[in-house]
Amino acid sequence: MFLKEYISDVVNGVSSLLKGMRKTGYYFTHPKEIITEQYPDNRATLLLSERFKGEVVMPHDANNEHTCTGCTACELACPNGTIKVVTKFEVSPEGKKKKAIDTLVYRLELCTMCNLCIVACPSDAIKMVPNFEHSVFDRTKLTKVLNQPGSKIREGIE
Amino acid sequence: MYNQTEIIKDTSELGADGELVINMGPQHPATHGVLHLVVTLNGETIKKIEPHLGFIHRSIEKMCESLTYRQFIYVTSRMDYLSSHINNLGCALLVEKGMQIEVPDRAKYIRVILSELTRIASHELWLGAMAMDLGAFTPFFYAFREREMITDIMEDTCGARLTMNYIVPGGLMYDLHPDFQKKVKAFITQFKSKVTEYEDLVTNNIIFQSRTKGVGILSAEDAISYGCTGPVARASGVSCDIRKIYPYEVYDKVEFEEVIETAGDSFARYIVRVKEMNQSIRIIEQLIDNIPEGDFVAKTKNVLKLPKGEFYSRVETARGEFGVYVVSEGGTTPHRIKFRSPGFSNLSVLNHIAAGGMIGDLMASMGTLDLVIPDIDR
Repeated sequence: MFLKEYISDVVNGVSSLLKGMRKTGYYFTHPKEIITEQYPDNRATLLLSERFKGEVVMPHDANNEHTCTGCTACELACPNGTIKVVTKFEVSPEGKKKKAIDTLVYRLELCTMCNLCIVACPSDAIKMVPNFEHSVFDRTKLTKVLNQPGSKIREGIE
Repeated sequence: MYNQTEIIKDTSELGADGELVINMGPQHPATHGVLHLVVTLNGETIKKIEPHLGFIHRSIEKMCESLTYRQFIYVTSRMDYLSSHINNLGCALLVEKGMQIEVPDRAKYIRVILSELTRIASHELWLGAMAMDLGAFTPFFYAFREREMITDIMEDTCGARLTMNYIVPGGLMYDLHPDFQKKVKAFITQFKSKVTEYEDLVTNNIIFQSRTKGVGILSAEDAISYGCTGPVARASGVSCDIRKIYPYEVYDKVEFEEVIETAGDSFARYIVRVKEMNQSIRIIEQLIDNIPEGDFVAKTKNVLKLPKGEFYSRVETARGEFGVYVVSEGGTTPHRIKFRSPGFSNLSVLNHIAAGGMIGDLMASMGTLDLVIPDIDR
């Protein structure tokens, strides 16, 4: 009885191992079904989803104009203090004072990509872009000013 | 405080009785994070296991008290990062319950589909990692191949692969990606054809069976008294699925079985999780073609204020019951917040099930508890 059990154990063990090895061998002989991506080499063809949350940017049009009114909704929505809006008063030719942004400081090292600022923005002035290669040698380079130098608010945005 | 020199001193004192104290972790390939286990051994037999926590404590509960009801949801993704979507859902349910926000049907359906996809992804990762703990290297890559399809779906729709933050109080952050249904159906076909590979590689493997069967037995009484939930308790025969007992969203409209095993050993916990993946697929199949049209988010006020009082909501994550308890003073931030995480209760049972066994079996017991350390420590 003992011998019978022993032999059946051996047969079961070998057959279950072979079954597993067959699966492994299948992929060994079918390299086309392997899905590994060779990341740094395939940079040119690597496609990320357009919704991927990688970094906050402020889109500017051809006239170097943006749509940010400086309402600080994004600053209030941010849980980490990533965004700091510095406003100034612009005086129009008619002598009217108008609030506008001086700088919109974005600190990438604090950002958790939660998308709350994008949802909070009433004029769609900022958006997320699928850019994920953020490594730099100096931490201060991660503090960015989002509005381009010399840019101003587009006409008709309140 | 417990420090390294004290541990070494303990060893020399205990050495006289033939006992040996070894430190497993904080950096150990099989602990899946910074978990420190002080294991007292007598030869190869375990006498006592003492988990030491606090290496990844970030005081998330205190942090949430300074965040508004819109902001505190994203922090919960950093607790149980493998079922972050379900954690977010639990917090959003609490805010909706407190403010009596009516969530549109479309949002409810999408939330459930994404929750089940998250559950499958979590179980897939667990399957690969646990097989690797027991010395099998190949299943890790096979499990990650299917999991990769889910993370791609998440990336398309939610914009992130792990910490999604797709749920806001009242619905969803934005609408589904146009390719969502097509990709989910492709995943279901792929998963169904490949799930037999796991059976061949892991379930029917004689080495895996003899390493897990009869190891780390947890009785139903102990599972209840230690507060175990999720697959750990269900493998011991305790019916504890929140989706069945307190149905939230559209779980009362779909048909699925609560997987219950009675053996209570490591192999039963393995079987429960594998069967749960199939049940999740069943739920997704029922919902994916019937997503109603309409709004994806309810209209809410800009500033959310919970009325004065106490609120509790619970959801079933991949690891068990996740509860959120909030005391509100009527302001924009919670006065006190407490998370009931499933991992903490499941870890507390480790000494009970592994003491008296061999040190080699500790890996099987710990692997099948499915510990996520940031969830335990938060």
